[in-house]
Amino acid sequence: MSEWILETKNLTYQYSAGTPFEKTAVEDVSIRIGKGEFIGVIGHTGSGKSTLIQLLNGLLRPTRGQVLLNGRDIWQEPKKIRAVRFQVGMVFQYPEYQLFEETVLKDLMFGPKNMGLSDEEAAARAREAAAFTGLRPELLEKSPFELSGGEKRRAAIAGVIAMDPEVLILDEPTAGLDPRGRDVLLAQITQYHKKRGNTVLLVSHSMEDIGRTAGRLLVMDHSRAAMLAPTKEVFAKGEELEKMGLRVPQITKIVQELRALGCPVDPSTLTVDDALKQLIPYFKQKLPGKEAGPHAV
Amino acid sequence: MAFIDIKDVCFSYDLEAGVKKDVLHHVSLQVERGEFVALLGHNGCGKSTLSKLFNGMLTAGSGQVLIDGLDAGLEENQLEVRRRVGLVLQNPDNQLVAGIVEEDVAFGPENLGVPPEEIRQRVDAALKAVDMYHYREHAPHKLSGGQKQRVAIAGIIAMETSCIVLDEPTAMLDPRGREEVMETITRLNKEKGITIVLITHYMDEAVRAGRVVVMDDGRILMDGAPREVFGQVERLKRHDLDVPQATELCYRLQAAGVNLPAIPLSVEECVGMFREMLGGRADERMDS
Repeated sequence: MSEWILETKNLTYQYSAGTPFEKTAVEDVSIRIGKGEFIGVIGHTGSGKSTLIQLLNGLLRPTRGQVLLNGRDIWQEPKKIRAVRFQVGMVFQYPEYQLFEETVLKDLMFGPKNMGLSDEEAAARAREAAAFTGLRPELLEKSPFELSGGEKRRAAIAGVIAMDPEVLILDEPTAGLDPRGRDVLLAQITQYHKKRGNTVLLVSHSMEDIGRTAGRLLVMDHSRAAMLAPTKEVFAKGEELEKMGLRVPQITKIVQELRALGCPVDPSTLTVDDALKQLIPYFKQKLPGKEAGPHAV
Repeated sequence: MAFIDIKDVCFSYDLEAGVKKDVLHHVSLQVERGEFVALLGHNGCGKSTLSKLFNGMLTAGSGQVLIDGLDAGLEENQLEVRRRVGLVLQNPDNQLVAGIVEEDVAFGPENLGVPPEEIRQRVDAALKAVDMYHYREHAPHKLSGGQKQRVAIAGIIAMETSCIVLDEPTAMLDPRGREEVMETITRLNKEKGITIVLITHYMDEAVRAGRVVVMDDGRILMDGAPREVFGQVERLKRHDLDVPQATELCYRLQAAGVNLPAIPLSVEECVGMFREMLGGRADERMDS
């Protein structure tokens, strides 16, 4: 029994292998992801992160190397690869386009029923998943097409959560949502992760979203895993990230510049709240004598 | 005369027989030629609907939409309106139609009946304007997201529209792709005087516009320069909107009693301000 839920060994994937159009999308990636971790996956377009996550749940078969789930090669018995896809659940970009059933409830039951669960069990899973994503119970009897954009997105995520995967992979779950919708969805994913204690991989272009959710970050660059380290360590390397077409959260950039100006602020500060805790006392001491107005925090 | 002149427009969608959903309530808005306007608001506030009225994809239920003086609600004006206002959408993959970049850019002008030799010139100029000329013979599906969006924008420039409306053009792009698109539209606005209406959820993009219009529940809630709008941090938050992190940081520092000379809108502005504050001896310079 391994403490690593997911592990890759020299994982390599080539599109059109053996033809003149051969292109290596994932090259020699060896990473380990622990049970219950919340991992952020970043990398610019074409860095290989989409290919990597498809390898992790068995949608693509490696050209070379291995993907181990709970210590077992997922391709050991290719006929059982479907079971892997239930254990490693994947929420694709814009998943709301994949809703298709007559009612939201039926849609959420589709995955569990495919796994062989009875109607009652599937319905129970569906209701639980709906609650996790903040989908109001009265919406379950509606047609998916009557839901708003944000509700559809949550229904689609709930459909994957209903399969109760050990690993949940979300590809850009907040793309196109407004700031409020984004905050609510991220909070629900974080809560789900805390309560279920399962492993979550969040792929995102928003460094601000990643900064406030992930414990460790996997940085993909030119088909390789360039870094896999605690979020704070990764974001402390602003210059390296910029060379890879990435950046740090805005607030992190600001504190890093402040530090260069001699302010003793933690260069890996990831949220405005954390920055304020350090900067309010600093500025008050640095710029005394002129107490500003009667405002309070 | 304003280039886009919306007068007291209402719009509703038919959900099912007899049930309507009101999306726009008596909206009036003027956009002058050459302006760069960012349109903000949470999902469902009516901003996408409004933008589709600009080029006649939707027709107002009541009120009037004038584009360059033409009534966009009249069938006979549709072609002329679309020659003036081009639309770029969120997903670049849904907007590219040809197998080669330059053919894709030529698609619009061909449909407008532009003579072939002129199409050649327009396509080259448009691709240069978005810095994609080197990719003219590439296949669109092999480009990055930011490059695809720039090709989509080139397709509109080649139609020589004087206004481009972009509905969340960077929502699916990585940070580099977002910057490419933002640089392109900012340049088209500054150098070619093209009127830009940018719908976005990213506050750091909105601060680059000359004017920010905030919509809420089918109405215009705020309308002003970025500094005026984003200065109202509490009000924006009450309406489920955000401000750039730099703005939030400084607003809350000030609220906590730290005296700042201004509330910045971007990381660069914020860092510049701190540099000035901390550069000299703090006790020397804060007494002005």
